[in-house]
Amino acid sequence: MPTKIEKDSVTGQNTTGHEWDGIKELNTPLPTWWLYVLYATVLWSIGQFVLYPSIPGVRTYFSGVLGYSAREELVQKMQAAADQKAPFLDRIRQASLADIRKTPELLGYAVAGGRVAFAENCAGCHQSGGAGAKGYPSLADDEWLWGGNLAEIERTIRYGIRSAHPDSRTSLMPRFGLDGVLERDKIDDAAEFVLSLSNRATNADAAKRGATVYAENCAACHGNAGAGQRELGAPNLADGIWIYGGDKASIVKVIAESRNGVMPAWTDRLDPAVIKMLTVYVHALGGGE
Amino acid sequence: MFSHAKIETNTALLLVLALLTVAIGGIVEIIPLYTIETTIERVQGVRPYSPLELVGRNIYIREGCYLCHSQQIHPFRDEVERYGHYSLAAESMYDHPFQWGSKRTGPDLARVGGKYSNEWHVAHMVQPRSVVPESIMPGYPFLLDRTVNASDIAQHLRAVRKVGVPYTDEMIENARADIDVQQNPDADTTDFAKRYPKAVVGAFDGNPARLTEMDALVAYLQVLGTMVDFSAVTPQQLKQ
Repeated sequence: MPTKIEKDSVTGQNTTGHEWDGIKELNTPLPTWWLYVLYATVLWSIGQFVLYPSIPGVRTYFSGVLGYSAREELVQKMQAAADQKAPFLDRIRQASLADIRKTPELLGYAVAGGRVAFAENCAGCHQSGGAGAKGYPSLADDEWLWGGNLAEIERTIRYGIRSAHPDSRTSLMPRFGLDGVLERDKIDDAAEFVLSLSNRATNADAAKRGATVYAENCAACHGNAGAGQRELGAPNLADGIWIYGGDKASIVKVIAESRNGVMPAWTDRLDPAVIKMLTVYVHALGGGE
Repeated sequence: MFSHAKIETNTALLLVLALLTVAIGGIVEIIPLYTIETTIERVQGVRPYSPLELVGRNIYIREGCYLCHSQQIHPFRDEVERYGHYSLAAESMYDHPFQWGSKRTGPDLARVGGKYSNEWHVAHMVQPRSVVPESIMPGYPFLLDRTVNASDIAQHLRAVRKVGVPYTDEMIENARADIDVQQNPDADTTDFAKRYPKAVVGAFDGNPARLTEMDALVAYLQVLGTMVDFSAVTPQQLKQ
């Protein structure tokens, strides 16, 4: 109980008047400016509480005098952005892919927009600039698994490869080793033959034996001379481009265990105009047909 | 006149007033929880996690993925343009605990499902730099070596049901078998797909003969954000 407020001789401050066994407490008030800032924040919070959504009720919440909703604001902002982009995006939506390529200003817009979408959605596998990585084909060269013209590229982006989409491109490389279709030595021979297609065979006899194995098991999809077949996405085996590595061990592994790379379908994820811009961008990376 | 002494010397009065003070804080914090259902949007498609996805979710939590990855797309234009539709409360209503996270060292994962192939996820988990050269994420190659012991998965589902996830008796009964079905591309998935629509089935780590933690984690990642079909969602349904 404050009984005796006195001045402390050392600090010049008043005491609180409380005393416990001879111990007294200094009463050092908060700086005035600090106190007013505190009061101001209290007032500010009351304002916020009244203006913005603040407290839940039984059936719904108090939505504030301003009726602010982040979700509604988003709709407006998206609409504003769409309006801003509309002059170009509408033309891109309506134009055919070939027309986009022919019109310089649309092409410039599509390539720029495609680059942004590619960085977020495609570069994770195909790397920036479409350089490709092990397991993910390069998009910057003129070798295409399923076709490199605008329509084929768009189809691949839309529906993917071996994706869950019903219109997905699909084909199946068999597992010649794991499923016991071919013996180990036959796989080895076939691999030698595949190497010989690009003049890299290390064992001419094995490659010769492998020619029969290849003709019976591989040629239906990859072609007699290993040129591949785009309808089935069967890669060309006679060039120097290898998705999973072109050394013998890698080739043996692919024949024995098979590889069936998957590309997701983007038609449900991306706006049709964005897919068109991506198509034009990928087409322009270097190998478009 | 107000006096401290009156309260400080009267135990009963002190007790009552202290209780009152604490009760105000309690009321403000606890009562709104009773109306929490009103914040969940009425959208279709959100289902409990399949057993394999649930195991994967536990690994996600164990490895602390949430420390660097959020699972919450805010209703801002920059986020919506990059990640897709903003996250709904309904989408994490069966998460115990939710994985919204508060730090994005890596990208948001709320809609990562379907964005990459299973092979990509496995390669990325083993060595992130093999597919994303600039990544600073640590590798998790051991997930391929660690097998999942899922013998207690039915009890696990039962426990999660206790806190409100609507697992049916049928789901619990088939929990262990459903794990094997989901990671085997050759299995008969008719019943499984009915129980868990949109669940991704596949040999996630490339080997259906072995159930690894990689299988579980990739199965979980592949379902994230894919349950709600937003093309069929109306603004009314999104009203909280």
